[in-house]
Amino acid sequence: MREVAIIGVKNTIFGEQWDRSFRDLVVEAGVGAVKDAGITGEKIDSMFVGNMSGGQFVEQEHIGALIADYSGLAKNLHIPSTRVEAACASGGLALRQGIYSVASGMDDIVIAAGVEKMTDVPSAKASSALAAAADREWEGIMGATFPGLYAMIARMHMHKYGTTSEQLASAAVKNHQNGQFNPIAQYKNKITIESVLNSIMVADPLHIFDCSPITDGASAVILAPADIAHEYTDTPIYVKGTGQASDTLALHDRRDITTLDASVVAGKRAYEMARMGPEDIDLVEVHDCFTIAEICAIEDLGFAKKGEGGKVTFDGETAIGGRIPVNTSGGLKACGHPVGATGVKQAIEIVEQLRGEAGKRQVDGAEIGMTHNVGGSGATAVVHIFSRNR
Amino acid sequence: MSVPRFWRKQIARYNLVGTHCKQCGEYFYPPRNMCPSCRREGEIEDFKFSGQGEVVTYTVIHAAAEGFEGQTPYVLAIVQLEEGPRLTTQIVGDAKDMSIGMKVSPVFRKLGQSGDRGMIYYGTKFVPA
Amino acid sequence: METNQNGVNMSVGIVSYGAYIPRYRIKIEDIARVWGDDADILKAGLMVNEKSVPDVDEDAATIAVEAARSAVNRAGIDAQRVGAVYTGSESHPYAVKPTSTIVAEAVGATPVLTAADFEFACKAGTAAVQTCMGLVASGMIDLGLAIGSDVAQGAPGDALEYTAAAGGVAFIIGNRESELTAIIEDTYSFTTDTPDFWRREGMPYPEHGGRFTGEPGYFKHVTNAAKGLMQKINTKPDDYDYAVFHQPNGKFPSRVASMLGFSKEQIKPGLVVPRLGNTYSGSCMMGIAATLDQAKPGDRIFATAFGSGAGSDAFSITVTDKIEEIRNSAPKVEELLADPVYVDYAKYARHKGKIRLA
Repeated sequence: MREVAIIGVKNTIFGEQWDRSFRDLVVEAGVGAVKDAGITGEKIDSMFVGNMSGGQFVEQEHIGALIADYSGLAKNLHIPSTRVEAACASGGLALRQGIYSVASGMDDIVIAAGVEKMTDVPSAKASSALAAAADREWEGIMGATFPGLYAMIARMHMHKYGTTSEQLASAAVKNHQNGQFNPIAQYKNKITIESVLNSIMVADPLHIFDCSPITDGASAVILAPADIAHEYTDTPIYVKGTGQASDTLALHDRRDITTLDASVVAGKRAYEMARMGPEDIDLVEVHDCFTIAEICAIEDLGFAKKGEGGKVTFDGETAIGGRIPVNTSGGLKACGHPVGATGVKQAIEIVEQLRGEAGKRQVDGAEIGMTHNVGGSGATAVVHIFSRNR
Repeated sequence: MSVPRFWRKQIARYNLVGTHCKQCGEYFYPPRNMCPSCRREGEIEDFKFSGQGEVVTYTVIHAAAEGFEGQTPYVLAIVQLEEGPRLTTQIVGDAKDMSIGMKVSPVFRKLGQSGDRGMIYYGTKFVPA
Repeated sequence: METNQNGVNMSVGIVSYGAYIPRYRIKIEDIARVWGDDADILKAGLMVNEKSVPDVDEDAATIAVEAARSAVNRAGIDAQRVGAVYTGSESHPYAVKPTSTIVAEAVGATPVLTAADFEFACKAGTAAVQTCMGLVASGMIDLGLAIGSDVAQGAPGDALEYTAAAGGVAFIIGNRESELTAIIEDTYSFTTDTPDFWRREGMPYPEHGGRFTGEPGYFKHVTNAAKGLMQKINTKPDDYDYAVFHQPNGKFPSRVASMLGFSKEQIKPGLVVPRLGNTYSGSCMMGIAATLDQAKPGDRIFATAFGSGAGSDAFSITVTDKIEEIRNSAPKVEELLADPVYVDYAKYARHKGKIRLA
């Protein structure tokens, strides 16, 4: 198996982009990543695109072909293009498929991208499309929403460990603090614990400010074998570990409502592959689709003891400059959550940090970073570990 | 949800009929045709649950799912049946009366409908016992 | 074994019964406030103080199922013995597609049975009872499930809005003597074509003839059916411990009782309308259920339903020893009436679908 490196990256702006289409977004990200890597289209062997629900958001399937076509990689070059779907983990899985294809030796230069255009439909329709990541037949039919499912995790976490609404809110406050320094972030405003607690209730105990927004955006990275990465860039970022795991589709079937076993197992697999542990990680991008999800994630990945994620966050240990900076990009909460793109955007944040290009949100001396991307209420999780050193 | 898709599991929804693995003894609701523990060695049969259960966790939904706008605020919960399996359901009643560990029993209610012209979906919700 | 004048075995009766009433109520004051009416005058005139309101997810089918399950559970009936399900209602959720199949499936009576929905204004439930009596007596079926269930409609601002309520009652009709909780000795109906109340296809609310619903409608049919039955089986009001009359309000059954020679005491246990309102197809059966809840073995109950359009079904019922055995195995009407949750007119309008969402 060959080692793999990221040699180019590009995010579009994340936000409500009324004047830009699905294909506009993904082409900008793809072309940007190719430019960043200093390659040309002829070099590309294949592409993988994470997209949750083109069908519901823009009534478009056959996303792989569309993207190859509008990137100019189809008509003359006929480059293979594959769509990957695992709800909100689609981007992370597209990246993983790209890593597989380079590591296997089948391909050398691969684009891994993610895209979601969510604002072409009314927000009720968007929520309904997102709810399809849960079990439609046994959760959705009872009126379950995504905030509702995570609210049930939050309620249980509070009941079991004494986690408070203030502690949950502190994750959102920290992520907005980070997001203001990220040029692509959807929200660059600072918020306070009071403003989170005073925002309208969506699914008790989660307020609207506990929830990530609906976002348009695309992200792309270029992968290459580590052995030749230096031919393209002075700062290749190496993939040290990748792990993926599945769990029951429905929340009610989980072993423990407050633990995402898929996160634990995906993390363990990535740590083992990288021969590392949580203590080796300098910063992590976790899947904070809701504040409670960040609390569970830092526990499940070993950055906080089970039940102490809320306290650790409230105490500032996950802020930039803290013990383990979490979501320096602003996370899904402030940076935005175009669901198919998020997993790739997380990797780009780590690449920028490890390259030392993160500006005001730079984590000093960052050498090793992790990403954690979740599908649904925890049925899929994918974790990657990256290093600036081979 | 389409008519055949709902109708296929209608009895499971009306009468809490799930399945049971004779090999390992585990009960499943929602029904499963493959036992996750025994897999191919499992022996699955239908099983009607008593309906008695308790609330594992719950939320009060204020921003409704599409088609549930007429019901807000409504209580969504995970209920554990006395035979073991857990399911997602609504609890009928006031949000302020809800608590984790609360005993509940089943009631027959309308789950939703396909607009004014389409099918009406019935099934099981729960009430404080 | 008794036989009637046609030589048919009439030893049929109620094997079990079950009732269901939603937990919500609205007070007459709250409706009167919206329309600028005088609540005290209305309450005195109608003898109704409050009425039941269905939950947002309740309709005539869910109420029928709850009542039917209560009846099945009360006597521990094997639902597979039920050979017929008839649900009477004027608010069937579908115009075409039976409520009764939903009930049959939800009580576990499917698939070997006959089923259909009945409509005869407020007496569709007792028409279902009579049909089941016939099928059971003839030996065509073992047990029949007869239900009256409604989420009654009354147009906003119409007089009916003060009384139109929600509730349902199910009777399981059989003829195994050891199983009978109450023997129905006989039944008698009086029917004419009288347009005192109707609802046209596709219309959300019924129309009625105002005071025309009284004399030529309710009183003519109830008195003729009641007198006819007593004459047929040679009984008189004194022979009965209890009496129940269709209760669209409190005034009509009280007046018809006194017209026929029944006392206030006889109708008291079954007169649930002041706290419940008019449950349409469930109305008379609710009165019978409430009476069975407190009757002793050997007690006799006289009951007469009325349905606009118009007709009356009268029943002569004798309670058996079995009542003591099954009475406490399901919620009594009194328990269903207790501890209501009051809603204001806005919430009532939402529950009843009077506020239309886009």
